[in-house]
Amino acid sequence: MKIPLSWIREFAALPNDVELERLESAFVSVGFEVESIDIQGSNLTGPLVVARVINIEELVGNKKPIRYVELDCGEAKTRFVICGATNFAVGDLVVAALPGAILPGDFAISARETYGKTSNGMICSARELGISDEHSGIIVLPADCAKVGSDAIKLLEINDVIFDIAVNPDRGYALSVRGLARELAASLDCKYVDPAKSVKTSDYEVNKNGIQVTVEDKSALSIVYIRTISDFKATAPTPLWMSRRIEKCGMRSISLAVDITNYVMLELGQPLHAFDASKINTEIIIRSAGNTKTIKTLDNQERKLIAEDLVVADKKEALALAGVMGGASSEVTDSTTQIALEAARFDPIRIAKSSRRHKLSSEASRRLERGVDPSLAEISSARAISLMIELGGGKYVGSSFSGEPRYAPTVSFDPNFVSKYLGTLVSLTEVEEKLKIVGCDVKKKSDSNWEIDPPSWRSDLLLAPDLVEEVARMIGYDRIPSTLPTGKAGAALTPMQNRKRGVANFLAANGFSEVYNYPFVNPDYVAQLGFVGDRAKSFKLANPMSEEFPDLRTHLLPGLLLTAIRNQGRGAKDIALFEIGSVFRNTEKLLSPGDIGTDRVPESAAREKIYKSVPNQPLHVGAVVAGKLGADSWNGKASDFTWVEAIGFARSIIESTGNTTTTKSSDFAPWHPGRCAELLVNGKPVAHAGELHPRVISALGLPPRSCAFVVVLSALEFSGSRKSETLITMPAAIQDLALVVDENIAASDVEAALRSGAGELLESITLFDRYDKLGDGKVSLAFTMVFRAKDRTLTADEVSQYRTAAAEAALKSCGASVRA
Amino acid sequence: MTLNAADVSKSVKSALEAIASTKDLAELKNVKAEHLGDKSELSKASQALGKMAAEERAEFGKVVGSAKSEVTAAFDAKLAELEIARDLKVLNEERVDVSLPATKLPKGGLHPLTILTNEISDLFIGLGYRVAEGPELEAEWLNFDALNIPADHPARTMQDTFFVEPLESKLVLRTHTSPVQIRTMLENKPPIYVICPGRTYRADELDATHTPVFSQVEGLVIDRGITMADLKGTLDYFAQSIFGPDVKTRLRPSFFPFTEPSAEVDFYFNGRWIEWGGCGMVNPKVLEVCGIDTSEFSGFAFGMGLERTLMVRHGITDMHDIVEGDIRFTRSFGLGGK
Repeated sequence: MKIPLSWIREFAALPNDVELERLESAFVSVGFEVESIDIQGSNLTGPLVVARVINIEELVGNKKPIRYVELDCGEAKTRFVICGATNFAVGDLVVAALPGAILPGDFAISARETYGKTSNGMICSARELGISDEHSGIIVLPADCAKVGSDAIKLLEINDVIFDIAVNPDRGYALSVRGLARELAASLDCKYVDPAKSVKTSDYEVNKNGIQVTVEDKSALSIVYIRTISDFKATAPTPLWMSRRIEKCGMRSISLAVDITNYVMLELGQPLHAFDASKINTEIIIRSAGNTKTIKTLDNQERKLIAEDLVVADKKEALALAGVMGGASSEVTDSTTQIALEAARFDPIRIAKSSRRHKLSSEASRRLERGVDPSLAEISSARAISLMIELGGGKYVGSSFSGEPRYAPTVSFDPNFVSKYLGTLVSLTEVEEKLKIVGCDVKKKSDSNWEIDPPSWRSDLLLAPDLVEEVARMIGYDRIPSTLPTGKAGAALTPMQNRKRGVANFLAANGFSEVYNYPFVNPDYVAQLGFVGDRAKSFKLANPMSEEFPDLRTHLLPGLLLTAIRNQGRGAKDIALFEIGSVFRNTEKLLSPGDIGTDRVPESAAREKIYKSVPNQPLHVGAVVAGKLGADSWNGKASDFTWVEAIGFARSIIESTGNTTTTKSSDFAPWHPGRCAELLVNGKPVAHAGELHPRVISALGLPPRSCAFVVVLSALEFSGSRKSETLITMPAAIQDLALVVDENIAASDVEAALRSGAGELLESITLFDRYDKLGDGKVSLAFTMVFRAKDRTLTADEVSQYRTAAAEAALKSCGASVRA
Repeated sequence: MTLNAADVSKSVKSALEAIASTKDLAELKNVKAEHLGDKSELSKASQALGKMAAEERAEFGKVVGSAKSEVTAAFDAKLAELEIARDLKVLNEERVDVSLPATKLPKGGLHPLTILTNEISDLFIGLGYRVAEGPELEAEWLNFDALNIPADHPARTMQDTFFVEPLESKLVLRTHTSPVQIRTMLENKPPIYVICPGRTYRADELDATHTPVFSQVEGLVIDRGITMADLKGTLDYFAQSIFGPDVKTRLRPSFFPFTEPSAEVDFYFNGRWIEWGGCGMVNPKVLEVCGIDTSEFSGFAFGMGLERTLMVRHGITDMHDIVEGDIRFTRSFGLGGK
């Protein structure tokens, strides 16, 4: 909220010489962020005077209207100035900057030749003076508001400081000068006078005269006042002191009746609405919209109502969207003479919903949805009525009301709790003093039992911690010391957290760069990559950031591939990326969480239902290599990264978790159907790895033979502690064996056969050569087998037997013949 | 042949001269053959010893023996000298430009978000906290209701929160990691000390300082006698661990539905106060809905954005660098370190 220092000073006795920094930190220390401070008039020097328009000569033949204006500036002779505005007439009082004046933006005023005339000054708009954004015309002052030639800087109270204060949603009362002045005075320990207390409501008693009010929907509000006046002169000017304050708060001066409602709202915090009482059919009814389908609001918009919308109506139609915006049909106009003024403490939730539904946030709704002091309906309406009578010549007719103000209940409170909760000693005297400063009544039953009656404007003070916060704000959070609690010994990462770290470190150390992609994907793109089945069942966002990416990812590759392309577009040649993240698949039947509420702890069955309303979100690691790991260099070429390495990395990740894996050929998209391995643990697929599909590679413009692998980290079991066999130190016996097999036989099958035939003393087996130029659809596979016994050195004969047995096993299960 | 000491001495002299004047190892080899080899004068003298009378042999043997050792010692010394010279020459010839880059080696890196998450997890594990995680697609009740954010709260509009279709599923992309706190409290008895890092979502457009997908770390402590001073002390320790031992923090009163009193925490870094996150004492309404006895336990919670923390600590000026996955960015962080 924008608020001028001069208005704050009316209620808070701030020291005259207080520095702005001090005021700013005083606001901040009690919980109000200062978004900006505007020192008005600091870049403006006079002479700036009140002048009367004596004569206007329209200069013709220019692109825009230009006036040559004769002004009486209270000097011996009149002055002539050129002016481009047309919103004034002879006899009007205007504001003239005379030569020697400097306006904001270092704009020096001097006599100058223009449009063939000498302009001896300038008639000013509000924006030119830096006091508002208004630039639709020059300032026309109210008639007879000041003597010609008098100082306009003083008259317009230009020299002021405007604070823009961020008000938290629990502090609706502070969207007013009343509230912010109280907070600032309390923060600076200054005297404060509550403007609500000086309003005499007894002057305007409730009776059967004027517009009467009925509340049909009792949940709509706690209290409403309708006060009626007659003989109001709607065209009476708003006095400068009032319009200037309204402008300083960032609003516009509109007409006397509207200005008064806004002024009182800014001053006290209660939104008010003025109806033309002659346009109200019989009485005011506050009700749900029900069958009323539309209302034309003050901004001339025809708005569709839904049944729950709250309206202020008469016997015939809806007059206002309650608490949000008035209606056009009962708007106060220049010919209005009777006014019905509404002040209501509407239900904050109803107003919030209505405001959001109609995408209409007004000064009124902003205050009402944060909660308004219920005592203000009576007080603020009386204050506004008295101003209308005083400034617009109205006569009081009568008032009606409905409901009652509902205040926060008293809180029984152990004042020692403050010290206990804050961790620092705050004396009971201090606790009492601070609670009183924020407006609470304190009744002390004993030293440990106080009854706290929160002030009318603090419906949020319900529990002991609420009161602690008030005391803490007032003593300053800086008083809170610093102590460091610690949990129990034995905290550690979980096995899964350790696994995540291990995998990330492994890939990063091996040349992969980690990325975090947004999980939002385009379904057409995902389909193009060939995802089908469960891997295409995505969740859709109801409100995506962009219509292009409405789905949640079901797989890491779509994002990784786009990131690879982005890197390529930025000139990277060898790109190795990895990401560890959750994926979202819409494949389970989810439970409805049901209506749980927050009035009690959910039972375990209810908790289970909540958890089962949330889909399982597996953790994947995915990687893409476009180009090589490493780069060709001055000392030779880097080795190629092929499907072999992709499968190798996936296997290493799985094995690093203590799981053993088997491999089978897979045609999973978006991989090359002949160059993709599915890795299984205990028969369940946990990873895919290999070369990407050539079609995908060319569609995305990636380097040929780009590779990828994805491992489902959350599908891998935790193996517990691994066993370590005692190492055998006897010499090893090494046997090489080259076999010829059909090229469609998997090397892993051949290896498994050799392993099964070689006997228990086989320590390791390694494929060291593969030759595919034999012809006849045959390939040669050469293995090194290492044998070792724990108790003796193996003889050549014995080892040779094992080798033969292995070869026989390979012949039997794979048709392998020993290569001559 | 006849032998005398003078001849031996002459042989020694000529051998020593030859060794001394040798220039390289090949020459030394020849010198060795000539003066110490089988056909050398000294060897011949040794051989002649056998034919001498015992008495004469004893006397003359000493002369020959010492002559041989003298020449051998000179030879060994020369050999060592020439080998060193040879090594120096060869090694010098093998000198390379060690400034040449090893670009053939792969170079990867961890994303700084991972590095920072690990760092924060470790420092809180040191304080006895567990690291708690939870799903990113989360039940509305856990993300909002249980945290005292009622159905009509502005944060629950589509302008701020991503909802999943159909809306009856009551699933949202979590707007903070606080639902992990709720899950922890619902399933564990106090004392509770947890840190909750993770990805979070809010419907902000990506620009230099905002991203719709961001990372948070939240902390939650529930124990007997927990005070706001404990919160302040924990934040001091946290900030000093992350930003340096001299960093100061300050609390400013603020508002969050799930804490009371609530505060914003700022830290003083490079000459200015920087907003870091929100914090406060856990609202009793939240504790009660999670089944925690507020007459016995109290607690604090705090939360901050990891991207913002990174930007301040590492001088990152544009959020795009953090979210776009440019390998140049990741690589510059290597495997960690501040």
